[in-house]
Parts: sequence; C-alpha cells; structure tokens
Amino acid sequence: MTATIGQPARAAASVAAALITLTSPVAARAEGVSWNGFAQTHVAERTRRVDCPPGIACDFPAAELRGQLKAEGRNASGNADFVGRFDLLRDAAVNDTRVITRELYGDATSQKASARLGRQVITWGVGDLLFINDTFPKDYVALFTGEPMQYLKLGSDALKLDAYPGSTTVELVAAGFRPDHTPTARRFILPDPLPAGLPRRIVEPDHGLADLEMSGRVSRYLGSWELAGYASRTHYRSPAWRVTGTEIVGTYPRLNTVGASLTGPVAKGVLSLEAGYYDSPQDPEGRDPSIENSQLRALVGYSRQLWEDGTLGLQLYGEWMRDYAAYLQTLPAGFPVKNRLRKVATVRFTQLFAHQTLTFNVFAFIGISEKDHYIIPSLRYAFSDNVWAEVGGNFFGGNRSGQLGSLQDNSNVYVTVRYAF
Amino acid sequence: MKPRWRIVLPLLVALAAASAPAHAADPSANEIVKRSLDAFYFAGNDMRARVQMKLVNPEGQVRERDMTMLRINVGASGEQRYYMYFHGPADVKGTSFLVWKYPNRDSDRWIYIPALHLVKRIAADDKRSSFVGSDFTYEDVSGRNVGDENHVFLRKEEFGGRPTYVIESKPKTVVDYSRRVSWIDQERWLPLKEEYYDAGNKLLRVFTADKVEQVGKYWTVTARTMKNVQSGYHTEVVFQQVQYDIGLKPDIFTERYLRNPPTQWVR
Repeated sequence: MTATIGQPARAAASVAAALITLTSPVAARAEGVSWNGFAQTHVAERTRRVDCPPGIACDFPAAELRGQLKAEGRNASGNADFVGRFDLLRDAAVNDTRVITRELYGDATSQKASARLGRQVITWGVGDLLFINDTFPKDYVALFTGEPMQYLKLGSDALKLDAYPGSTTVELVAAGFRPDHTPTARRFILPDPLPAGLPRRIVEPDHGLADLEMSGRVSRYLGSWELAGYASRTHYRSPAWRVTGTEIVGTYPRLNTVGASLTGPVAKGVLSLEAGYYDSPQDPEGRDPSIENSQLRALVGYSRQLWEDGTLGLQLYGEWMRDYAAYLQTLPAGFPVKNRLRKVATVRFTQLFAHQTLTFNVFAFIGISEKDHYIIPSLRYAFSDNVWAEVGGNFFGGNRSGQLGSLQDNSNVYVTVRYAF
Repeated sequence: MKPRWRIVLPLLVALAAASAPAHAADPSANEIVKRSLDAFYFAGNDMRARVQMKLVNPEGQVRERDMTMLRINVGASGEQRYYMYFHGPADVKGTSFLVWKYPNRDSDRWIYIPALHLVKRIAADDKRSSFVGSDFTYEDVSGRNVGDENHVFLRKEEFGGRPTYVIESKPKTVVDYSRRVSWIDQERWLPLKEEYYDAGNKLLRVFTADKVEQVGKYWTVTARTMKNVQSGYHTEVVFQQVQYDIGLKPDIFTERYLRNPPTQWVR
C-alpha cells in the first residue's frame, strides 16, 4: 500500500484502490455487489438579459443530462469494502460529454483503525455552506448553478487513516492536489481586472510523493459537546494569477491551516463555533497581491426548530486579514479593495410540508461588509420514492465589487428532475 | 341480635379486608404505564431489527422506508441510544441516524448524509414531529417518560382476546394530543391499542399492535399500524429479524459508525 501512495498520478490512488479491492482474495469472498443510481436532468437559465462575450454558455449556464451508477460491495467478514460512483454526463451548456469518477475507494477496517484509499469525498467542520477547516476540493460551479447539494464537494484522491484511541478519533489524510471547480468564462460573466489579450496558463502543483497534501483532525466528545482540532498543509484551490510579461500564469499557492471547532446543544438548538488560521507561506509579509493574505477565519452558528418540520439556522462569519497595510500598499490599480474584516451572515430556513414530501428551503448569504448578497430559494417535491423535482434560484445582488455581488450577471433559476433506482 | 351483629359486622369488615388485597393486586395506573414503556421500548439490554415502514396516503399510494434499527440501554436510568440505517428508498440509501436519548432532557441527535460524507448534528426539539414523514412521531419510535403524562386507571377489559388494563393519559405540557387512551396487555405489558385525541377531544390517531410475538424472553410487537383518522394517512411498520441481547457495544452508537455502518449488525 505504501508503494501505491507514492504514485504521482492523480488517478493512481483511485485505480489502485479499485484494483486492491476488486482483485484481492478479499473480493473473491465478497457478498455481492449492489448497484444503485439515478438519471437526472438539470437546467439553469440566466435571469438577467446580458450581452455575453462570445463562447460563453449565455442563456443556459447549465443544461445537462446525467446518469449516475454507484456500485458497492463488501467481503463476508465486513472488514473490507469498496464504493464506486460514476457519472455519465451530457453537458449541453458547453457541448461536452464525459464520464466522471466521483468516488472510487476501498476500505479496510479493524476494531481500532480504518483505512480508505482512493477518490473520496471528505467533509470537515461545523459550518453550513461556510468552510474553514475543510480545505478539501469543492465545486462552486455546481453551487452557483443549483446542482443538488451532493455536487458541492469533489472527491480527493487520498489515503485516509482513522484511528480510535480511547474515546478520541484521529483522522489523517494524504492527498494529491485537486483544484476547486471555480466559475470560469465558459459559463459565467465575471469581472476580470487582468489585462485582456494575453494568453493564460494554469500550473498545478507537482503530484509527487513529496507534494502530497496532509490534513489531520482530532476530535472527542465531552458530554454532548464535540471538540475538534484541525491542521492541514495544502494549497489554495483557486488560481492566483500573475502577469509575467507575455502571458498570465495561474498557480495554486501553498496554504497551511490550523483550527478548531466546538458544537453542542444550547437551549433546544445546536450551537456551532469554528475558527481557523490561514497561513500563506509563499507570501509571509502579505506583499504579493496575487496571493491571498494570511487570514483568521471564524464563524458562530445556531440552528433550532421553530415549529413542526420548520428549522431556522443563523451564522455569522468573519475573515480578518493579517497584513492589511501591506495589502493596501501592493494592491494593483483596478482591483476592488477588500475590507480588513469581511463579515458575512447566513440564514437558512427549511419547512417541510405534506408528510415531508414537499420541502421549501431558503439559504441566504448576506455580505455585511461588502454590501452584497446571494440568495438560494428552492422547492422540492418527491412524487414518489423514486422521483423528485426541484425548482430554485441563485440570486446574486448588491455591490458589484463584493465577492457575491460581482456574480450578479449570473443570477439564474433552475429546475432539476431525478429518477433514482 | 346485638351480639350477632357484633360478630357479623367484623366478619363483613374482615371479608372486605380480605378481598381488598385482590383489588390492590392491580397495579396503579403509573405502574402499568411504566411497565408498558419498559416492555415496549426497553426490552433486553440491546435490540436489533430490520424495520419496514409503509407510508400510505388516502389514495392508497405507498412510500417505503427500509431500515436497520439498533438499540442499547445505557445503565438503568432510562438512558438509551438508537442507531438507524436506511437501506432504502434508493435516494436516501446509506443515510443513518444516531439518537442519544436521556430520561430528563432533550435527546442528542445526528444524521449522516452519505453523498457529502457529512455528519450533522440536528436540533432535537421535535419529539412530536413526524418520523421520516410517517404517522409515527420521534417519540412513538423511541419512547416517552412515564412522568410526561398524568395517568388514570379507567377499567379492565378484554381486547383482541387478551386481558387489558385501559388507561387514560393526559400530557402535562401542551402537545399535539390532549389525551391518550391505552389498552395494555395485563400479562405481556405491551400496548395493544392507543387512541390519541386532539385538543377538541376528537379522535386523531389510532395505534394498533397487529402482531405480537415472543422473541427469546421478550414479547414483541412485530407489526403495528398508526392511522391518522383525520388526514386519512396511515403507516404500517413490520419488525423482522428481531434479536435481543446480542452484545451490542456502546461504541457502535458513535459518529464513527454513523459514517461506517457496523456491518456485523447492519445488513
């Protein structure tokens, strides 16, 4: 297994995991493989009539037909299993058809520890759509076009080791780099202060053994409260652009994080606290405008039931820039000036109707510092155990120089229909 | 005559006194409800069952929930832990619930969402909310406390061929029912029927134990129905593969196994 971790190629871990599980004697005694999946169509239509640049999916930033197959199996003694989850996607918005390995991993489990190797989704932290200590890859294109929530997270190609000494849980993740899916000019109209006309190139971090990203989490229950500590040695997952004379090069700068979270019951609701420090080791003074300044991030959240099948969740989130003077001094002309402390509030309200077959949900990001907002209302109805449909919207607005307000030409309404089997 | 009365009267008193213990042999309403809750929700040290739920609407359309339920009693204080893993329907397969239930305060509750590999703590102030859209509430699934209601002995009668105590229970705080009438088996202590009345004293929901079987040492309701007579919906639940005292360990009822179902038991 150790030799496998050293494989540099991104897909190697996934493939190895599949091979280990599928070809090992363990699999030969497997109890059988179960298959599930769904067929889904999802379309998002831009609500604002805008003049799109050529080559962009203008009216419909998302228009797709998707089939997913999930295979899972385990051996007779239950100490080894595997999961494979594959999407066949016809992406009409950008005229592309492809097969996507969403997840493909194998597990080995014992009483005191477990190991998972392959492409796997990892979600850490206690925020709701706000991530501090979860530095694993995410798909913001999926979020902004109203894809079902499961598409918010991308799998990591990783070895994850969990151990359970006493009543503590220790998790260690070694992963190859994978970038976020961030909005690009294929589907989104984005402000772009970089010089036009220059060719652009993205350079990903190396995929060698020495370049593996490491993340760790230690957690423990104290009564009803869960306390967790986190650390990671990773990269920013959206590109930092730098003009180098004849071209613009995007890189993923190194990122180290350390943080903690606490969650537990308070007054018939759930209180969540999380904080983390984001260190940019390639820009220790904060003077490189292409690299995010080192930051302190924190959130406090509270959710509780208001009445039957109705739940309200509130969060307050802040990002505090460490070297603000250096940031101001080195910020190139034409770039919007960020506040030292960026505050965002979120509200989630969910109400179920009709024996929980109809779900109304609204999630709102409210940019307190940047005077912008992003509101996601949705209504989902389950016609049967197999078929549901959802209509919803992604509405960006407010100050155009804010992170959320800058996306306002991309406000959309969407519809999703899924048949699960 | 007088001396005779002096003899007869004490005799009558003695007779009355002798028959009194026979009457007192019926436990109090509180004891009956306590024993019923113990039999229905606390049997054995632990329990495993494969549970099939059918949610039926007035038009006869059926939605199904298929789950494995694990339960363990923690000590004798009434603390319990529940683990529920959903095998179906397909869209929720792999979702699991964990409940730490305490006798005198709100439960701690977690849900695991497999598509995001996310464990989420959920606000648990909803004992009277519907369990997964069914006509059963969370409290119907995992039990209530004897002290949550005031209980009055109504009568003894035969119900479905079994001797029962009929008890009326009124909640001490305002909830969705104003009173509940239970038919409790005098020997097995299981509720065979319950009627829930709304605030206007109109019949709201009816629980019936459709099948009662002995599993090892314990009498168990293996098929039950909850009918909402006002909405016309009903939910049928069948317990299969019921096992007691199988040696479940408390550590199964933790976040680790929420993420990775204990395959020995969840099948």
